[in-house]
Amino acid sequence: MKAPAFNYARASSVQEAIDLLSHYGDRAKVLSGGQSLMPALNLRLLAPEWLIDIGPIVDLRRISVESGLLTIGASTRHADLHRSPDIAAHAPLLKDAVAHVAHPAIRNRGTIGGSLAHADPASELPACMVALDATIVVLGPDGERRIPAVDFFVGIYETQLLPGELLVAIEVPKRAAGVRHFFSEHVRRSGDYAMAGLAAEAEIDGDAFVRLRLGFFAVGERPILATAARHLIGRPVTEAVLAQACAALDDELAPQDDHQATAGMRRYLARQLLVECIVSLLGRSDLRTKVVA
Amino acid sequence: MTPGMQTAGLSPLDRPNSYIGKAVPRPNLERLLEGRGQYVSDITLPRMVHAVFVRSPHAHARIVGIDVTEAKTMSGVIAVVTGAELAKVITPWVGVLSHLKGLKSAPQHAIAVDRACWQGEAVAAVLATSRALAEDAAEHVVVEYEPLPVVTNVRTALDPATPIIHAELGDNLAFERKIDAGAVDDAFKRSDKIVDVEFIFGRHTGVTLEPRSIVADWAPGDRRMTVYLGNQAPHMVQNIVAKHLDLEEAQVRVLCKDVGGSFGVKVHIYADEMATCALSKLLRRPVKFVADRVESFNTDIHARDHICRGRIGVSHDGTINVFEIDDLTGVGPYSMYPRTSAVEANQVIILIGGPYTTPNYRGRTRVVFQNKNVMSQYRGVGHPIACSITEGLVDLAAQAIGMDPVEIRRRNMVRDDAYPCDSPTGLKFEALSHHASLDKLVAMMRYDDLRAEQVKLRKQGIYRGIGIASFIEVTNPGAAFYGVGGARISSQDGVAVRLDAAGTVICQTSVTEQGQGSESMTAQIVASAIGVSMEKVRVILGDTDNTPYGGGTWASRGTGIAGEAALQAAKVLRGNILATAAAILQGKPDDFDIVDGMIVDAHGQQRIELNELTRIAYFRPDTLPPGFQPELMATRHYVPRQYPFAFTNGVQASWLEVDVITGKVKLLKHWVVEDCGTIINPQLVDEQIRGGVVQGLGAALFEHCIYDETGQLTNANMADYLVPMATEMPDIEVGHQISPTLESELGAKGAGEAGAAGAAACVSNAVNDALSPFGVTITEIPLTPRLILTALGRI
Repeated sequence: MKAPAFNYARASSVQEAIDLLSHYGDRAKVLSGGQSLMPALNLRLLAPEWLIDIGPIVDLRRISVESGLLTIGASTRHADLHRSPDIAAHAPLLKDAVAHVAHPAIRNRGTIGGSLAHADPASELPACMVALDATIVVLGPDGERRIPAVDFFVGIYETQLLPGELLVAIEVPKRAAGVRHFFSEHVRRSGDYAMAGLAAEAEIDGDAFVRLRLGFFAVGERPILATAARHLIGRPVTEAVLAQACAALDDELAPQDDHQATAGMRRYLARQLLVECIVSLLGRSDLRTKVVA
Repeated sequence: MTPGMQTAGLSPLDRPNSYIGKAVPRPNLERLLEGRGQYVSDITLPRMVHAVFVRSPHAHARIVGIDVTEAKTMSGVIAVVTGAELAKVITPWVGVLSHLKGLKSAPQHAIAVDRACWQGEAVAAVLATSRALAEDAAEHVVVEYEPLPVVTNVRTALDPATPIIHAELGDNLAFERKIDAGAVDDAFKRSDKIVDVEFIFGRHTGVTLEPRSIVADWAPGDRRMTVYLGNQAPHMVQNIVAKHLDLEEAQVRVLCKDVGGSFGVKVHIYADEMATCALSKLLRRPVKFVADRVESFNTDIHARDHICRGRIGVSHDGTINVFEIDDLTGVGPYSMYPRTSAVEANQVIILIGGPYTTPNYRGRTRVVFQNKNVMSQYRGVGHPIACSITEGLVDLAAQAIGMDPVEIRRRNMVRDDAYPCDSPTGLKFEALSHHASLDKLVAMMRYDDLRAEQVKLRKQGIYRGIGIASFIEVTNPGAAFYGVGGARISSQDGVAVRLDAAGTVICQTSVTEQGQGSESMTAQIVASAIGVSMEKVRVILGDTDNTPYGGGTWASRGTGIAGEAALQAAKVLRGNILATAAAILQGKPDDFDIVDGMIVDAHGQQRIELNELTRIAYFRPDTLPPGFQPELMATRHYVPRQYPFAFTNGVQASWLEVDVITGKVKLLKHWVVEDCGTIINPQLVDEQIRGGVVQGLGAALFEHCIYDETGQLTNANMADYLVPMATEMPDIEVGHQISPTLESELGAKGAGEAGAAGAAACVSNAVNDALSPFGVTITEIPLTPRLILTALGRI
């Protein structure tokens, strides 16, 4: 279980990284926190000719707040997100979510940019970006592209990133007053990849949703912004409405079987997550599915 | 008790300065915590090369041809060796023992020669100057396979339509055993209720933190093979390496230094380890092989994987009239060498019903071959299965007659004053404490309060369960385990103790250390028996050149057997020291004692230190009385012979919550009361119990080697094979009953496997207890959310 030989380049600036990436194209892989890349190399699932280490680029490890926008550098560690007061104040969903990302040792090294670029459909952060309506900022030889998170994720380990491009930052709209969030996932063990998960953000007026973004993960090939939310917006939520939303959700999921859960079980867990989410956001425990022995 | 050993009416083991029963830190702790352990992968020898094995991707395939041309030209490559080439220096083996009547297996080669019989079997070895370069070259060894039909399903392995894996054996049946005791059919007839269920146990493995590792160093100059190996039984390895490489045992030295976990995984010798020895002999240079995690999953022995139909007959008054089982297990394509793959099934069939007086028992177990990785002994060997079946049936019987699970056990367990006695299967019990242990457990867990809490929470839609499991455990095995079957695996152990010139005790023992605390246990006994502080005892183990001959550490035998040998050797040395002191101080040996390294007289007056005694003995013997020769070294060996095994007993309980929406089981608390006789170090015993419990909980909820129908292991990595992690583990409270064995002076029985024996059984029982309002019974492990949601009809 040793990685095949590779060449190693340390990029000291974003420009240098992009130059190296443009030069080597798909012969190169970006090394950020290395928490997915190194195991893949050691298992010889990947054999890139070059690794371009963006670790030394200090500019990429930052969190800043300006005029309604939270900007997170791609090399920001999960642990940074968890302890950042700015994240806690302006994107508390992220603070909750990163606590579920693997284990402390992995959170100390793993980066947000790495997680998003890797695009594992069972990961927490891509779904959060979808729920938060974030923008992924990438730089390439032809300059900057700003891609809405809902469009960024294409499939299993697939994004809109082109060879030669580097994911440099994530922009998250600052949370407005009164916005609520929900995060939950079903895992076999704490820190495992989810069997199903949901990251959600909502605005509520009285007893009805004004806005509801449901970012499901581990229930399809990429994080899913569930359109089932439309059934729940702008009207009082009743058991019937919730059932209608659950049915709609079922239609738009395309989960797969794996060792931990069948597709059917994933659909079931996603429906349970939706119910829990609505119960939690609205404070309506009366909506919880009754279980009678 | 020797008269000279008495001090104020106390034995040396319970004098005020005794270490027996004290939770002293392990002597090796600081070294290991400083990162100064020496594991096999830390060993680097001159001219050493690294072996990587090319492994079959097929579960069953004929090897048509192997093209090594390109691999041989690659950077750093020293050699590429096929099974046929290696067979010139190493003979194949057959993993059978004569006392397991009818057990059969086929010859197994160190590297497959014509045919690979499981996915992961080695078909060629690449040797290079680094592991990475060897892996590079291994990718360029081109093997042409002709896939053969696979046998994976144990239920159909014996069907006439199923291909036979080893044609020369005639069928796929490796071993079968039947027991029929008492009057089974009558007992069922007069039972008021009969429960009949099928239990399924998932295949899992040991997952040692340090993978299997070996450095083999054939030195042609002195015609000796030195083997550094992470293993539990160095003398067994010495015998086998010599036997198959055409060497005398004296030509083989086996060193087992620090070992990062063993659990029975490392009590065997594996084909790739034997191949590494043979490669060293072939290449005349040191060869290192360290299994990586994927190889570990594919080649470390697997265990359990039983399907067992169980029946129990019970009367309305709670009397258990009868047990009956029909057990089936698949063990891979070969019976493991040299301890075989029939022992787990054999243990299952003899241990069923163990805690109970029920005289009527019928059992059958069948062990079949299949094209999966080999199965063999792993911590608990058969106990977890026998306990889960027995205790699962007892709970279901209690449910059938509406009796509390504690009450049905009290009515049927062998009375604490009934010993010695025999079980229906012929097991001999010297002294067990089922009732006292259960009483203690019930008090520790506040059973009645928990039942009240359970009822209250159910009304709020919270489903908690209580599960209880009593068990008996085989420990301190004598020759009955392996020796009588023809295996050269010693059941006795030896310990040599001597004083060095500065009065320090050097202790060489045949027991080995893989983290369970053998070194500490030995030092505590020796220090206590002689009368010195533990710092004055240095323990040497794991080296066939430098320890007495003995079995090693396995089958919960280290303390009970090697600990007794240590006590007896230390007592002899103590007597010799006192004789020397008497010669120096012109008195009688009985007039003196050794207290904290000092010779004291009958009034407690300090006379001379041990280092003064050794100075005189070693450097000024001219001053000693004529004709007196100090003998400051003593050796003793020990094996129990009165009882084939020293049975222990225990009982465990689990308190857990089942989330009936998600199917998740949350373990809230676990209790154990066990009886291992005399306890040397309570902290080490408790940690052994807890470690075993955690492995049992892993089996209950998480661990599973998942094969597909083509014989591919589909989750051979730490992301997909789920080991129990700290976050999911409950607090584990451990209590003890103490019924020493009278066969040894020490009175210690084994404790290493008690935790694993009962943990899964009580989790299963607790889950079924929690789900009882839903009318759901699950008799399969691991108890995954998927299994539970399916049983509840939610998915």
